[in-house]
Amino acid sequence: MTATLDSAHRAAQNAEISLAQAVNRALRDAMTADDKVVVFGEDVGVLGGVFRVTDGLTRDFGEQRCFDTPLAEAGIMGTAIGMAMYGFRPVVEMQFDAFSYPAFEQIASHLAKMRNRTRGTLPLPVVVRVPYGGGIGGVEHHSDSSEGYFVSTPGLHVVTPATVSDAYTLLRAAIESDDPVIFMEPKRLYWSKDVLSTTGPEIGRAVVRRQGSDATLIAYGPTVSTALETAEAARDEGYDLEVVDLRSIVPFDDETVCASVRKTGRAVVIHEAAGFGGTGAEIAARVSERCFHWLEAPVRRVTGFDIPYPPPKLERHHLPSVDRILDAVASLQWEDR
Amino acid sequence: MTVLATPDKTGSDFPLGFATILDPSPLQYLDEHGALSGVLRDDAPELAPERLLGTYRAMVVGRRFDVQATTMVRQGRLAVYPSSYGQEACEIGAMLALRPTDWFFPTYRDCVSMVTRGIDPVQTLTLLRGDWHCGYDPRRWRTAPQCTPLATQAPHAAGLAHAARLAGDDTVALAFCGDGGTSEGDFHEALNFAAVYQAPAIFFVQNNQYAISVPLAKQTHAAALAHKAVGYGMAGVRVDGNDVIAVQHVVAEAATRARAGDGPTLIEAVTYRMQAHTNADDATRYRNASEVEYWKSRDPLARLETCLKACGLLTDAVVAEANQAAEALADDMRARLGEEPEVDHRDLFRHVYAEPTPQLREQAAALQAELDADLDAAEHDEAGVEAAGRGLDASGADGAALGAVEAEAGR
Repeated sequence: MTATLDSAHRAAQNAEISLAQAVNRALRDAMTADDKVVVFGEDVGVLGGVFRVTDGLTRDFGEQRCFDTPLAEAGIMGTAIGMAMYGFRPVVEMQFDAFSYPAFEQIASHLAKMRNRTRGTLPLPVVVRVPYGGGIGGVEHHSDSSEGYFVSTPGLHVVTPATVSDAYTLLRAAIESDDPVIFMEPKRLYWSKDVLSTTGPEIGRAVVRRQGSDATLIAYGPTVSTALETAEAARDEGYDLEVVDLRSIVPFDDETVCASVRKTGRAVVIHEAAGFGGTGAEIAARVSERCFHWLEAPVRRVTGFDIPYPPPKLERHHLPSVDRILDAVASLQWEDR
Repeated sequence: MTVLATPDKTGSDFPLGFATILDPSPLQYLDEHGALSGVLRDDAPELAPERLLGTYRAMVVGRRFDVQATTMVRQGRLAVYPSSYGQEACEIGAMLALRPTDWFFPTYRDCVSMVTRGIDPVQTLTLLRGDWHCGYDPRRWRTAPQCTPLATQAPHAAGLAHAARLAGDDTVALAFCGDGGTSEGDFHEALNFAAVYQAPAIFFVQNNQYAISVPLAKQTHAAALAHKAVGYGMAGVRVDGNDVIAVQHVVAEAATRARAGDGPTLIEAVTYRMQAHTNADDATRYRNASEVEYWKSRDPLARLETCLKACGLLTDAVVAEANQAAEALADDMRARLGEEPEVDHRDLFRHVYAEPTPQLREQAAALQAELDADLDAAEHDEAGVEAAGRGLDASGADGAALGAVEAEAGR
């Protein structure tokens, strides 16, 4: 390689790309590595998806590898299952969180159960990409956080990246997994940019994004950046907060989460989905069961309210904010310290 | 041409007139009196003597399987059995028209088809005995697990057929469903996807007139379920579902068309569910005896027997051999299904994922500890030890469990 090319290559490697582009690159690299990987869904072909995540895939890999489907989510999911039964590795897109619901029966009754029903003879290596969450001013049915439905369905892995590099590495791992993976993409982070690293921890490992000693903020997907912002703001108020990015809700990394909470003695769980019966309830319960004797205060949750997702002009009141997380941190029985 | 509606390749019109398309009379080669209509050419493969005799034998064996399974429910050896008695022309005819390399997507009512494909009767009935969901290897038999949620297997057939086509194979996927299943959204989506992709799929509706208690008239206002094919732009055919020769013929035609790249076919086979929905159902609450009597007179096996007798093919030796095979199967079912199946609690956690999650490992260990403790307690009892310590108060037990979880997480 000539020096010029080498430096150009390095410059390309150091260039920042968006999270949407990282997903696109993961799809490309997976399709290049394995010709059984196929991508399909609504508008993913010529248009490149409504968020342009599949941009150029049909052009570069042909219509047999990346194709538009009829507008029917159960049909997309059901045909993906059939293709996986024949040895393909489908990656399907549910255009928006709330539009994945018609596919739920296929996901719950077949995708999640097929390996188990058939004693391992029919694994289904299918990835379901779900752009999720609010904060983009979407009108109704475009901002749901639907992870709870999938998390409480045994047989599925549920992962969600919060960084550009995780969007790439977790998706590559999801496509290589022989289990079905629900890949939740925080849509308000699609345009966030960073330099891509193509290596990272495996599915099932949480990562400590910020070290701290006073309390642990446990977050995933879109709320990780909010948690990090909160930690910066909390410094001014005298709190040194640790931030754990789950990356994978199923499997859940008890080890990393518990190690952090045992170190700090306090925990706040954050997500956009409604709190009642939500993922945060499970996390709070797990932490309480495992870290009870280390806890200085009850585990708090900061979540969306128990309401249907609000209209765009009201969503700022609904989404977990820095202020609300700070209030939760302030309530963690510091008077005993 | 037996096809009810085949879209013109130019997309401009249908080759048959609109009135013809809407004529709902089912295609029939073997009438209810056992007489061949003569429409089929003599060299049609379905009419070859060895094929006819093979079909007859499969029908006798299939029916015996069904009767034996129903008996075993009454004896408490099966949890439940949805009978396909009277639907053997569909169950068996469709299977005989497929190749072993083709894929089959059965419902819970299609055990007779599975046995016809060669799947072991005990493995076939594993689901209904309750020891595991799917008792056979779906890959080996190219047969998906029996599907209980209605019509949800139809999109799988569409997807698998599309995949086979992309892979350059000449595999065909055939999905069964019932008349009730055609009301499900997944049925519609499957047919639409298959037609758009021109996937080599066959959707075979066994219209047995009832969805548990709900009659066809409350399921659809259409004159025929096969008419739905027109809306999807695919071939559709309505066939006498008690005529095993016609069923084989239309499935073979559909498979040929699919292999040639000419897309999917919807087949509506008009038949009748002679038994109640399952043993737990009481059909006398929603249908009268005269209706059942009418369909009894159209019995698919009796019809074939009459035909074969008239052709001089049904010799005493043929009948004896078929009955012997049927009784051997029933004996085998009695012997092997009579044994209490061994179940292993460790199966609960196997095959949920390729590798169990840490949470599943923890739960499996907890169950194992629970069972080991029960075993220890039982041994103590046997030794005549007073089990005074077993009344361990609940808070103490919980405290111990919590400690164990914390210790586990703390490692």
